[in-house]
Amino acid sequence: MKYRKLKFLAALSIAFVIQGCGTKSPNLYYWGDYQSVIYDIYLNPGEADAQTQIYKLNQTIERADNKGMKVPPGVFAHLGMVHAQIGNAGLAKEALLQEKALYPESATFIDGILARSKLDSLGEH
Amino acid sequence: MKGCKLLLLSLLSVCLLSACANRAYDYTALKQSNPKSILVIPPMNHTVEVNAPYTLISSISRPLAEKGYYVYPVSVIDTLFKENGLPTTAEMNTIPLEKIREIINPDAVLYIDIKRWGQEYQIISSQSVVASDWRLIDAKNGQLLWHGRAQAVRSSGDSGNGLAGALIGALVDQIAGSIVDHTPELSQAANHALINNGSWGLYPGPYAPKPPER
Repeated sequence: MKYRKLKFLAALSIAFVIQGCGTKSPNLYYWGDYQSVIYDIYLNPGEADAQTQIYKLNQTIERADNKGMKVPPGVFAHLGMVHAQIGNAGLAKEALLQEKALYPESATFIDGILARSKLDSLGEH
Repeated sequence: MKGCKLLLLSLLSVCLLSACANRAYDYTALKQSNPKSILVIPPMNHTVEVNAPYTLISSISRPLAEKGYYVYPVSVIDTLFKENGLPTTAEMNTIPLEKIREIINPDAVLYIDIKRWGQEYQIISSQSVVASDWRLIDAKNGQLLWHGRAQAVRSSGDSGNGLAGALIGALVDQIAGSIVDHTPELSQAANHALINNGSWGLYPGPYAPKPPER
């Protein structure tokens, strides 16, 4: 028992050393499940079917709104991709355009996806 | 005499404090380029751990974005590359900048080389390690803007229980280690630590609150 405690303390102190000089500042965004959705896609695919991804991302967006925080870069684009993959052309386009509206840096990328997938004429993916 | 001691003490603490505040990295190129957006190319894997690149990129968006940059959606980017005939991250790392500018147009591109990943066994200890080398490149001209190494180690043999304790510890960890994968947490810590390091971390981007004048 004592050994486990020591190990925990050691891990904790390592974590502190790793954090080191890092400055703490309040978060710019509400992250919710975005990063864990990405992890699941590659390392836990059983938990990352399209409907699950859509549910978790929508929940993240909703919670960000409720907290008055910003939705992070990439969340709407990712949501748009998943909608496109299962043929929800309208929802895909809406989410992709939302990414572009929030983050103009994504314009070339989003416009390209819309053009290549023919979503800008609202066709099927 | 007492005053002298106090002076020395305060000098020492100032030195310690300035160790954190001092920016050792030369940010001239990065500040000049002033990128707003970063495209993370799925990492080049130099280890045998096939999951390493995707474990790493599942905890990179948050610290980069919180540092003040627009980060392209890593999984959408990966899907785009795969759909366009680049099934491996090794191939994704060979895309010419010209092509990247044409289809994505980021201000900067982050290339990552994974050097060590996962459990490393030694006689009296075992440790989990993640280590990767990062290069941030100006998407316009290929100039190096910033670089660093993201590294974290979780070792188990140094518990102070003496050799016998260490041996048992290593054995337990080698058995348990095959079940518990520590690399997601380690990678998350390593990514965060490199980006936010006070001396050689990434310089804050345009979405970050302005850093205090020094």
